[in-house]
Amino acid sequence: MEVNKKAYEAYVKEVTPVNKKFPNIIRAFLVGGIICTIGQICTTLIMNQGAEKDTASAWTTLILIAASVILTGLNIYPKIAKFGGAGALVPITGFANSVVAPAVEFKAEGQIFGIGCKIFTIAGPVILYGILSSWVLGVIAYVLKAFGIV
Amino acid sequence: MEYVKAFLVGGVICAVVQVVMDNTKLMPGRIMVLLVVIGSILGALGIYQPFSDWAGAGATVPLLGFGNSLWKGVLKSMGEDGFLGIFKGGFTASAVGISGALIFGYLGSIIFKPKMKS
Amino acid sequence: MQVGKASIKFEEPPVIESMASIVGKKEGQGPLGKLFDVVEQDDMFGADTWEQAESALQKQTADLAIEKGDVRKKDIRYLFAGDLLGQLIATSFGTVDLEIPLFGLFGACSTMGEALNLGAMTVAAGYADKVLAMASSHFATAEKQFRFPLGYGSQRPSSASWTVTGCGAVILTKNRKEGIAAITGITTGRMVDMGIRDSMNMGAAMAPAAFHTIQQNFDDFNVDENYYDKIITGDLGKVGRTILLDFMKNKGHDLETIHTDCGIEIFDPDSQDTHAGGSGCGCAASTLCSYILPKIKDGTWKRVLFVPTGALLSTVSFNEGETIPAIAHGVVIEHIGN
Repeated sequence: MEVNKKAYEAYVKEVTPVNKKFPNIIRAFLVGGIICTIGQICTTLIMNQGAEKDTASAWTTLILIAASVILTGLNIYPKIAKFGGAGALVPITGFANSVVAPAVEFKAEGQIFGIGCKIFTIAGPVILYGILSSWVLGVIAYVLKAFGIV
Repeated sequence: MEYVKAFLVGGVICAVVQVVMDNTKLMPGRIMVLLVVIGSILGALGIYQPFSDWAGAGATVPLLGFGNSLWKGVLKSMGEDGFLGIFKGGFTASAVGISGALIFGYLGSIIFKPKMKS
Repeated sequence: MQVGKASIKFEEPPVIESMASIVGKKEGQGPLGKLFDVVEQDDMFGADTWEQAESALQKQTADLAIEKGDVRKKDIRYLFAGDLLGQLIATSFGTVDLEIPLFGLFGACSTMGEALNLGAMTVAAGYADKVLAMASSHFATAEKQFRFPLGYGSQRPSSASWTVTGCGAVILTKNRKEGIAAITGITTGRMVDMGIRDSMNMGAAMAPAAFHTIQQNFDDFNVDENYYDKIITGDLGKVGRTILLDFMKNKGHDLETIHTDCGIEIFDPDSQDTHAGGSGCGCAASTLCSYILPKIKDGTWKRVLFVPTGALLSTVSFNEGETIPAIAHGVVIEHIGN
């Protein structure tokens, strides 16, 4: 074919419709904002019971995760995500969704290779690179401290 | 006031990520990894914690906050256990989030059935 | 008779004696909803897993084609069938009970074209009096295998397509004067890779393959677009159609009015939120057996070039950063009678 691949790539970019950007951003803002506000309400209520901030944050995390798991199971979270995009992906609820969704889907393939392996399909990389990056940063800080730089 | 802050900050973070997603075609899995890594870097640079203190849940609920708490955990255990602490802190700090997601996720898989998208 | 580089013209064209189409709920709500033989409301087709559901769908469709054609199972000499799943498990499990010698085919979404190519060749060559050609896809099995678990929340870009839950089956017969339509020729596609890597834009990956096969068909048969009443691609969707028409126009062929695409016909993107259109083996197969063949039978279209298109990627090749190579198989289907 006469058209070369580079030219074709540029041409495809031209004819492919782009997502409606502005409404997407507004929706992400709204959904993300609402989820974080719910988180704040939980934290404040728990702190009002006399809990420390970190403890209240931990409880909030648990509550949001549980809510996300239930909403995923009821097929509601995918609809929120379809509407809100990054607004549903970025909060901890998106992480919980990425854990429970493959677990439910791959249940048919058994406890070990189904749920056991696939539960980490999307969350595994997040845990791995989260731990790895914080470890690397820790080593850097340790070395800098040893040389008395910080 | 704290609710308004949480709403605005959380919303803005999500909106920025949406812009990145729409312009780069990065898959959601990569976005989640990036957020956590960036969160821990911002934590290490001493930026995220003050921001988080100000913004509340708007900064802790997004995965950036998860990354920051990983870093906080590493820093804290490093203070207590030295070099060994670097290996300990991340999981300690993220234990509630990860265990919560895994345990509730598992229970969810027992209770719920796969459903079709419409 | 071999014509040109990649085509065959049948002196005794195999006749499509029977056809059947079964689809899922969403397809039933689409513009072609009333044309399908069966619209199954249960996404699981009475089974326990999505994979079993797709197998059940194949079995039901094959049985229906056999029943509608009033033929006996044992008279069908070969089965040409395929689906989208790894190792063709939907076909393997779905066709056990048919007890017909099987050629399992993988051509991604072009599978129906591949099955018709091989089926027509086998019948025309005299190696079988009757064969059954069939292809299926299921939204849930495809989504689970190629994209994300169904419960995972994500947004689809506007260039993405929606895998059709559906199956189409036809019975091809030798030596018949009447029937639904005749396959008078085929043009077999070759791999075309234009370097597209975006799995959410399959239309762009497949359009060059469709273009190549249609152009090859014109060259081999020494015809142009005026020879056909319709040229119908498999699942290019809106983006792919735009590209195909542009490419053809550059070659001096105006396909604007005679081209359509099964993926565009099967869903209404505005009310069904299917973005670029339908895709999957079942898209071309079920549209053929519900919308295209009846129109050829009643003479609305006298001659159609049916070109199912397939994007031949796997999750492994995709993760390894490979491009998305594509293929398209052409089938010339003609009205029978005066």
